[in-house]
Amino acid sequence: MATKLKSLFKSPARIAIFVAGLFLIISLVESLTGATDISSPGTSGATLRFAIPLLMAGLGGLWAERAGVINIGLEGMMIVGTWTGAWFGYLHGPLMGFVAAAIFGLASGFFHAILTVKIGIDQAVSGLAINLIAAGGARYLSGIFFPPVGGDRTVSPPADSFPTFTIPGIAPFLESIDAKNIFFISNLAGVLHGLTKDISLVTVAFLLLVPITSWILWRSKFGLRMRFSGENPMAAESLGINVYRIRYIAVSVSGMFASLGGAYLALVASSVYREGQTAGRGFIGLATVIFGNWRPGGVFAGSILFGFTDALRVRQNESVMSLIVVGGIVAFVLALFYSISRRWKPAAISAVIALVTFWIHQSIDAIPQEFVTAFPYFATLIVLTYLAQRLTPPAMAGMPYRRGSE
Amino acid sequence: MTKNKIFWGTVAPLAAILSSLVFVYIILSLRGVDPIEMFKLMVSYGFDPRNLVSEVNQTVAYYMAGVAAAIGFKMLLFNIGIDGQYRMGAFFGAVVGAAVSLPPVLHVLLIIITSMLAGGLWAAIAGYLKVKRGVSEVISNIMLNFIAAAIIAFLLGEKLLGILPEGSQNVQTRPIPASGQMPTIKIFEGEVYSFLFVAIFVGIAYWVMLNKTVFGFNLKATGLSFRAARSSGVNAPGMIFITTVLSGAIAGLVGMGTLLSDTHSYSMAFPSGFAFTGLSLALLGRNHPVGIFFAAFLWSFLERSAPVLEFEGVPPEIVIVMQGTIVLSIVIAYEVVARINLRQQQRAVGKVNVEALSEKESK
Repeated sequence: MATKLKSLFKSPARIAIFVAGLFLIISLVESLTGATDISSPGTSGATLRFAIPLLMAGLGGLWAERAGVINIGLEGMMIVGTWTGAWFGYLHGPLMGFVAAAIFGLASGFFHAILTVKIGIDQAVSGLAINLIAAGGARYLSGIFFPPVGGDRTVSPPADSFPTFTIPGIAPFLESIDAKNIFFISNLAGVLHGLTKDISLVTVAFLLLVPITSWILWRSKFGLRMRFSGENPMAAESLGINVYRIRYIAVSVSGMFASLGGAYLALVASSVYREGQTAGRGFIGLATVIFGNWRPGGVFAGSILFGFTDALRVRQNESVMSLIVVGGIVAFVLALFYSISRRWKPAAISAVIALVTFWIHQSIDAIPQEFVTAFPYFATLIVLTYLAQRLTPPAMAGMPYRRGSE
Repeated sequence: MTKNKIFWGTVAPLAAILSSLVFVYIILSLRGVDPIEMFKLMVSYGFDPRNLVSEVNQTVAYYMAGVAAAIGFKMLLFNIGIDGQYRMGAFFGAVVGAAVSLPPVLHVLLIIITSMLAGGLWAAIAGYLKVKRGVSEVISNIMLNFIAAAIIAFLLGEKLLGILPEGSQNVQTRPIPASGQMPTIKIFEGEVYSFLFVAIFVGIAYWVMLNKTVFGFNLKATGLSFRAARSSGVNAPGMIFITTVLSGAIAGLVGMGTLLSDTHSYSMAFPSGFAFTGLSLALLGRNHPVGIFFAAFLWSFLERSAPVLEFEGVPPEIVIVMQGTIVLSIVIAYEVVARINLRQQQRAVGKVNVEALSEKESK
């Protein structure tokens, strides 16, 4: 199944066909069940808003791991971003909030780099300690700086919201099509409408970091050195690359990205810092790195998927139920596809999955919220279990490296 | 050599604690309060007999987490999954304990064994992925922690295994009957969990297992060098798997004191965050059963005495920062000591070489 799927995803054209097919099924289900929330502009807008923090954490994880350092401190660095973003955003406006988050995030990443690269302590210990110190430190500082709201100091005063814009011409046009209820086309317009209205400039800027990261990693000299440091630091050093310096830069950038993702949570997705706001998103970011096979595009896809489940969590339950139908139909189509190509084993597995999915849909009336929450972790674990051989992580990520050692 | 080892083994943790005290001193001074006064307050509050009792109870839980982490560390395994394993253990222990009725001692024993099984089996997933699929246990365990929390939250639903007691906001499992409860020891108007003795037993068993059995030898050997152990006939992958399960089984005991002697049911109010605490304590206590005990006591002392700072206008979360800096200082100290030792050894070897060389030349 994996081989087939891989060949299916080989060219962009095929991905486009696959996405279109998936979307056709979604439209079909929506017109049959009458649940219209999956392709509503609200859902696609929320997906994007929820995906951006995950994307930033994921890109942060990607930068660090490509250079050979695992960053488990992403969660803590996101907390740094939410706190500094919200506080400086409240004092000096949202732009300064982002600037402050970038600076403090850079510092927290640099701290992780000092500990793991220079001193050489265990990367997991360092990351976890940063998570702890950031969480405790944020609560300590909230207790001192935030004016109490009804005796409660866990929420920052609100910052001004960042200006948003709606693409003129296109967004209203899409809205009008969405309203016409034409099969497939209106659904597509609904999704696109959500992506073109009320978008923040920050969202666009952060999305641009995906191609930029991609370009740096595969087209620039620095990116080549960075990947080299992650794959084989000894060989890199012997060719005159300063592995320490590369790692310092990469891990600092990693902290900055994660922190900016946190600031996005505090300044764009909401307007305040709230304790526990990151809610494990740093770890989901870590998961998107694995899910995306250590590639910027993959991290992007992973964060959209996980952002989508995150968005569904806060929306209507019936859309989750219709998504299950979508999953069942996809499994059914796969079963047909495999039977045609006479691959009976995957065909049987897909058929069973399809049957089970339909059975679940018939027998229960709501998917427990908890499972929707845990979906990213579960999906990553499945990927690790069944596709571990196909993943290509940087060979030396997580391994301590001392200059001059073997 | 051993003298040297013991010296550094005690100096490094003390230096770490001291340096984090200095760090906190600076932070408190910045806040504009007298740090020494704060430390005095914490000590007098923390050693108040009634607080001491709850600290001992907390120490028991932390101690189990520390031992679980230490077993993993001996194998170079980073068991960050203690949180999920503990949850699984406490939850299924509570469910099974409430479902059966047995004579007193047997009932308690069944609950403890169920918890160890649940924790061990949950850890076995990470062990399997590590040995058979080459998946780093750090990543898989982080995912498993969240999944465990979700599964338990789901199972605690009122339609399934949970009940909502009158006048309470928290869903919980059915209460364990009296035969499945452990007595408490009354001292200083407080009640110490008798699970304390199980914890002491586990500490001794851990030491004996590690130092006096073939299994422990194989475990340490595999941890020191996977290849060397394997070529000398140890089933190294098997050892990794068993160690993971063992670590998880001990982690399954973390919530037992509270469950058996206090709440008698599992609820969402059971605290989280045991994974990193356990790992910190194992690091601070150098994987030694006695060292871990002192570390566990320090941790619960800090946590229980922190609330007194609130009255002085200092947010008590400063203690979390302090714990984090202790951990960082301790690993830094170990790293530095290891490097000093290495340099000394290299120098000693170099000296011998030079002497041998000069002897040769003089001949």
